[in-house]
Amino acid sequence: MPLFEVQVIIENKPGMSDPEGQTILNDLVLKGDHRDVKKIRSAKMLRFQVNAKTAKSAELSVKKICDDLRIYNPIASKVTFAVDPR
Amino acid sequence: MRVGVIVFPGSNCDRDMYHVLRDVFKLDARYFWHEDRLPKNLDAIILPGGFSYGDRLRAGVIAAHSPVIADVKKMADRGMPVLGVCNGFQILVEAQLLPGVLLKNTSLNFMCRWTELTVENNRTPFTAQFKIGQKIPIPIANGEGRYYVDKPTLETLKKNNQIVFRYGQNINDSVFDIAGICNKDGNVVGMMPHPERAVEAEVNPQDPKPSSLIFESLIATVGAKR
Repeated sequence: MPLFEVQVIIENKPGMSDPEGQTILNDLVLKGDHRDVKKIRSAKMLRFQVNAKTAKSAELSVKKICDDLRIYNPIASKVTFAVDPR
Repeated sequence: MRVGVIVFPGSNCDRDMYHVLRDVFKLDARYFWHEDRLPKNLDAIILPGGFSYGDRLRAGVIAAHSPVIADVKKMADRGMPVLGVCNGFQILVEAQLLPGVLLKNTSLNFMCRWTELTVENNRTPFTAQFKIGQKIPIPIANGEGRYYVDKPTLETLKKNNQIVFRYGQNINDSVFDIAGICNKDGNVVGMMPHPERAVEAEVNPQDPKPSSLIFESLIATVGAKR
C-alpha cells in the first residue's frame, strides 16, 4: 500500500480568543510596520504518515484516530485535514 | 478511610497530597501508578497536580487514556468521591468525567499566586462542610488553567449547580471566573487551585482552615455513609 502524509491542523474555534496569534500580530508583526496584516491565528500541526489504499482512506483513518483519541478537543478546537502522497 | 492518590509519569504534587492525607488528616493514603488497577476497598480517589506526560499535545489528554482511568470512571459512576487538582482536573475533563476544557492562560504565562475562591456549591463530598459564599485563600500554579465551556453548557452548569468554586476576581479569563466544577451527581470534583498547599500554617500565611474543610468535608461525607 502506498504511504500518505496526512496533515492535521488544530486551532481554536473561530470566535474563540487566540492569545498566541494576537501576540504575534500585535507585538511582532504590526510593530514591524506590516500594516497589511489583519489577523493571525496560531495552530498546531501534526503530520501522520500512514499506509492506505487511497488518499481519501488515509484521511478517513487519521480522522477516526483523532476523534477516538481526542487528539483535538472538540469543545475548543477546530481541525482540518490535508493529505499528500509521499 | 482509604484514599487512592493516582500517580502519572510527570505528576509532581502527588507527595504533597499524600503527606497532607497521611500526616495532617491521618488517613490511609495509598499511591497507585497509572498502569495499576484500583482495589475495590477505596473510599475516595485523588488525581494530584503536576505535568503528566510533560503536557504534551494538551495538558491531561494522554493521562486520560491511562489504564487506571478506566477504573476511576467505573468507581465514579458508582458514586465514589473523586477529586482532581490542577493537572488532575485537566485529566478529568479530558477523560470526559467533567465537562469543559482548560485552555492556556490568556497571558500565556505560568501563573503561580494566591487567589481567593468563593464556594458556590456545598453539596459535594469535598465542600459539604462549607457555607455557600465562604471564602478560601488558596494558591494556583498552572499554565493551562483557563476554564472554558460554550454559553449553552455554562447555562446547564448553572442550572445543575455544577459550579463549585469561583475566583473572587478575574485572574485568567476563565468563563464565569470558574475555578472548580463537579459532575451532575456531584461526586466528581475538579479544581485548579491547590488545597494540599494550603492546609498547614507553615505554608499558608493567610488562613489554612478553609482549605482544610475540603478534606474534612470528605472525611465527614465518607464517615456518614458508613
